[in-house]
Amino acid sequence: MDDRMKSEQQRWKNKIASSAVKRHPERKELFTTVSGKPIKDLYTPADVPDFDYLTKLSFPGIYPFTRGIQATMYRGKLWTMRQFSGFATAEESNRRYRLLLERGQTGLSVAFDLPTLMGYDSDHPLAMGEVGKCGVAVDTLQDMETLFNGIPLDKVTTSMTINAPAAILLAMYIAVAEKQGVKPNQIGGTVQNDILKEYIAQKEWIFPPQPSMRIITDMFAYGSSEVPLWNTISISGYHIREAGATAVQELAFTLADGIAYAQAGIDAGLEVDEFAPRLSFFFNSHNDLFEEIAKFRAARRIWAKVMKERFKAKKERSWWLRFHTQTAGCSLTAQQIENNIVRVTIQALAAILGGTQSLHTNSKDEALAVPAEEAATTALRTQQILAYESGIANTIDPLGGSYFIEKLTDEMEEQAWDYINKIDEMGGMIAAIERGFPQKEIMEAAYRYQQAIEKKEKIIVGVNEFLMEEEEQPPFLMIDPEVERAKQINKLQAIRQQRNSAKVEECLKRLRIAARGKDNLMPFILESVKAYASLGEIINVMREEFGEYQEPSVF
Amino acid sequence: MNSYKAKIRVLIAKPGLDGHDRGAKVIARSFRDAGMEVIYTGLRQTPEQIVTAAIQEDVDVIGISILSGAHLYIFPRIIELLKEKGATDMLIIGGGIIPEIDIPKLKQIGVAEIFTPGAHTTEAIEFVKQRLRGK
Repeated sequence: MDDRMKSEQQRWKNKIASSAVKRHPERKELFTTVSGKPIKDLYTPADVPDFDYLTKLSFPGIYPFTRGIQATMYRGKLWTMRQFSGFATAEESNRRYRLLLERGQTGLSVAFDLPTLMGYDSDHPLAMGEVGKCGVAVDTLQDMETLFNGIPLDKVTTSMTINAPAAILLAMYIAVAEKQGVKPNQIGGTVQNDILKEYIAQKEWIFPPQPSMRIITDMFAYGSSEVPLWNTISISGYHIREAGATAVQELAFTLADGIAYAQAGIDAGLEVDEFAPRLSFFFNSHNDLFEEIAKFRAARRIWAKVMKERFKAKKERSWWLRFHTQTAGCSLTAQQIENNIVRVTIQALAAILGGTQSLHTNSKDEALAVPAEEAATTALRTQQILAYESGIANTIDPLGGSYFIEKLTDEMEEQAWDYINKIDEMGGMIAAIERGFPQKEIMEAAYRYQQAIEKKEKIIVGVNEFLMEEEEQPPFLMIDPEVERAKQINKLQAIRQQRNSAKVEECLKRLRIAARGKDNLMPFILESVKAYASLGEIINVMREEFGEYQEPSVF
Repeated sequence: MNSYKAKIRVLIAKPGLDGHDRGAKVIARSFRDAGMEVIYTGLRQTPEQIVTAAIQEDVDVIGISILSGAHLYIFPRIIELLKEKGATDMLIIGGGIIPEIDIPKLKQIGVAEIFTPGAHTTEAIEFVKQRLRGK
């Protein structure tokens, strides 16, 4: 910055701005982001001294990819509009998927119910009250056949939010595709398969860390040779943020998880460039527009450095941080729910300006129930309006070069590295989790945020300010879990009678032997699902061999 | 509450398969900071385990956090078990994603209050203190 500008900035700060503040004090003593990060009144070239364009940003599609991973970004192809959906039985979810595709959605995203996520069949006692409630129930391959009935798996890509049992659902998907005449190397999609964030945040784990990491690296290996278009993991910050983390914590813990997976792959004997191009990410997008945009840009830059410098990856694709975004469920209010449409719009805007590859926009009623059809349509329309009417997809990284955005991006990167280094010093993410470190950091942040709302340091419209008498709540999608459970149990019992039990036994036995040894588990799981072994039966074998995780519980 | 007890004792319970424990932990911490004795069950407790813990710990309040939608199964089961064991003097409160339409049903079976998204921790703290003062 030249001397003339320095003196002009001094004059503004000491004379013009300070006398304005004397006449009208600023609204607050401290302005902060949603995450509590202090924000200055003005950002200027002085905030980004010695800014080297090529090192910090470079061009889209060129290392370190700060401006985007593709050379043309949304001018070439819009992000994938991928609405997460699933409830009740496979029949009903299949109807919703076909409706969403008909209305212009471009990819599928499957929500499973809690028993499926936790590896229990619908007839397990712990499934009482939960079958089909938060997602669709899948017990056997038959349910998956129904779920994708009439949906061509060589044309649509599918994301499945499933973690501990991810290998089983991927196997079922491969089997359904084969029945449609689609080869494994033609199917595209993602399984979430991110167990570390389950220990940290969402808490839907089954096995302890070591066998969980083995299943994941088996999937990396199997995926790269057999299902090359499949993303074998979606390393997720979403749930970390929902559990109360700040934006920096979300960024840092997610990338630290990514480092742990990459290291596990290498330790399992894989070449980094074999599996790294299939690693994908999943972030949250909260209300603070600029903080979120900076987070996405910083994420790309950090990951590119991690892959290139730390893991010595050679392929460009290994350096890419490709990510899905979901707007922040935890930001939605149960009060004046129409306002949630506006929140979702801001959050979606941040994701797009941050260069996301795919996006889920939440429905306005999600603080209350599973989305009703009309609410789900408005959420999809929000993305379409942003894509086709707002003009934000016309140019690449439109905020690049803004003093504020670049400074925020730098700061988020620095703060994330601090966390990553700290976790490295602890011996990596698994060791940090066992100590309860990320869990505790998140818990503290969640508590601070709640306190800030209660003290009105942060205003949430309709919650702690601008309240009004509420009209009656609109009709929600009500799911009766006992009805769903009865339907599922009937189907499951019928399958158990029809299938070749001896074959199922044999498959499960072979899986057990593989679990005890070092063979890749995927072929054994695939064989079992094709014989119509249920999810619960397969998980039971693995649970018996691998044991169950016990949480160090802190509050 | 009994006069010999200095502090209000609260059991925060997380039933069902759902692992979203942000709310449970924030409320546990808030109750503790408000001077109460708080026991947190940890995740995935069956109604049987919750009732056993509540009786063993001799709590005044059971706070149940549930976001999965299984509340119409979980709450009645806990209350039924408490009745079976003769522990009918505990204050039962709940929180989580619970549609308004279900709240009267829960109150009818004996849940004292439900705190839904957006509720302040101070509301829950005041509610508990008020109700236990009257006892």
